[in-house]
Amino acid sequence: MKPAITIKNLNFYYRQVMALKNISIDIPANRVTALIGPSGCGKSTFLRVLNRMNDLIEGTRIEGKILFNDTNIYKDMDLMKLRKKVGMVFQKPNPFPMSVYNNIAYGPRLHRKISDKELDGIVEKSLKSASLWDEVRDRMESSALGLSGGQQQRLCIARCLAVQPEVLLMDEPTSALDPVSTAKIEELVKDLRDKFAIIIVTHNMQQAGRISDYTAFFLNGEIVEYGATREIFHRPVDKRTEDYITGRFG
Amino acid sequence: MRSHEKWVQGILFILATTAVLTVLAITFFIFSEGLPIMVDRGVTGFIGSTRWEPLSGSFGILGMIIGTIQITLGAIALGVPVGLACAVYLAEIADRRLEKILRPGIELLAGIPSVVYGFFGLSVVVPFLREHFPGNGFSILAGSIILAIMILPTVVNISENSIRSVPGDYRSASLALGASHWQTILRVILPAARSGIAASVILGMGRAIGETMAVIMVTGNVTKVAGSIFDPARTLTGNIAIEMGYAAGEHREALFATGVILFLIIMVLNFSTTRFSRKAGDVK
Ligand SMILES: Nc1ncnc2c1ncn2[C@@H]1O[C@H](COP(=O)(O)OP(=O)(O)O)[C@@H](O)[C@H]1O
Ligand SMILES: [Mg+2]
Repeated sequence: MKPAITIKNLNFYYRQVMALKNISIDIPANRVTALIGPSGCGKSTFLRVLNRMNDLIEGTRIEGKILFNDTNIYKDMDLMKLRKKVGMVFQKPNPFPMSVYNNIAYGPRLHRKISDKELDGIVEKSLKSASLWDEVRDRMESSALGLSGGQQQRLCIARCLAVQPEVLLMDEPTSALDPVSTAKIEELVKDLRDKFAIIIVTHNMQQAGRISDYTAFFLNGEIVEYGATREIFHRPVDKRTEDYITGRFG
Repeated sequence: MRSHEKWVQGILFILATTAVLTVLAITFFIFSEGLPIMVDRGVTGFIGSTRWEPLSGSFGILGMIIGTIQITLGAIALGVPVGLACAVYLAEIADRRLEKILRPGIELLAGIPSVVYGFFGLSVVVPFLREHFPGNGFSILAGSIILAIMILPTVVNISENSIRSVPGDYRSASLALGASHWQTILRVILPAARSGIAASVILGMGRAIGETMAVIMVTGNVTKVAGSIFDPARTLTGNIAIEMGYAAGEHREALFATGVILFLIIMVLNFSTTRFSRKAGDVK
């Protein structure tokens, strides 16, 4: 199957510091890819390369090629269009200080003129896809900041879905959440796999095992090993992967 | 060490209470001088009347209240858009080099004595208005223009601070959804900073209402209610400053009563600022 994103010989620098080294992988469509590895090894940096959020950080530089729909995202693609197609869910839930409804409607309103009726439909559909609809249908006009942490994170996922992305980037989306909320998000990720390519950074090995199809192990800015999650967890090729997975470091 | 600290604490306490006591003393003084005539003339003769004729014993300050409101609203209408644009530019767009030029400029505005503003108004703004518009230049508009410049530092600094204190998370979320920088500023950052911006407007109003010297120099100071922005007008502060030198008896009391009204207006404004900043705290 055609990959959702192809990364070729990617190097990434914060000023003089090389944070990603010669990364070449294909991210499959309609699958969940987990990024694991110790803190500071470049997982978040890699994620932000894919929707060009690193552009906001002064002094960053990239080498290599990243192809999304056969287009080099650093050369031939409109930045706004890229970010619409490649959505991002952050570590800390970050709903806007607006009503639940306006949080979801925010994205669609950015990109085109849209009728109230159509917008209502999009909001409802997005909230349903993020399995949040039943919990918020009666409080669409109240502030999103009044929701629980887990609900806020699902709201942020729904907010991404509302602009119809093809790829979802998630940076430790459950690290700020309690176990019940975490389980809900994991369920959600599994449901969403049918429609999107999902890349999720996680510190939690069990989580990677439970929800991902593929796993990439990062170490010091390099991908040490990348393959089917089952293989990586049961028959790691590299000694360092094995050490990390069995908890000997990191 | 201990007793030393106690000493410092004691001195600080005395200084702090001095500040509060001074405010109380001023309040008491103004009210005790001004209230009798307010009570004597009643609402209709004092606040409700536009007849200010000290020689014939009429002390209606409605004209001055209206003048103050007109000139202040004019200053807000002119100064806030400019100040807000400045704040957005400084907080969101200007790089460090530009900021280094702009910020001292704005701070300088705050340091210029008001009589210098008045002088600028007198020698530039008033002649310009006389040349190009009806009237002789001394007008509400002249006052509003000068005050608009004078409130800029207040509006810019407080708005900029509130824009800068909008959590970066909101910005990232918006940009990651494909919003442009402008869309993010207009749809997320400014709304999130709105209580601080409102506070800056109210503080600017307070500044405009309280300003005396520069306003006297350019507004013409007639007590008749102005029919257009090109007509002259007198403000509450102007009324006190112009006539205090020679007023005696009831006339003098009436000027204190003008001060009471000013005092009340400023108090209401201050009160609403605190409310707004408290709300601003809630958002975060
Ligand atoms: N904004 C930044 N400026 C400079 N260096 C950064 C920045 N963000 C991350 N880094 C550095 O890049 C490396 C990778 O960081 P990161 O991608 O956040 O790792 P991870 O998400 O795997 O914990 C670290 O050494 C970190 O210090
Ligand atoms: Mg990280």
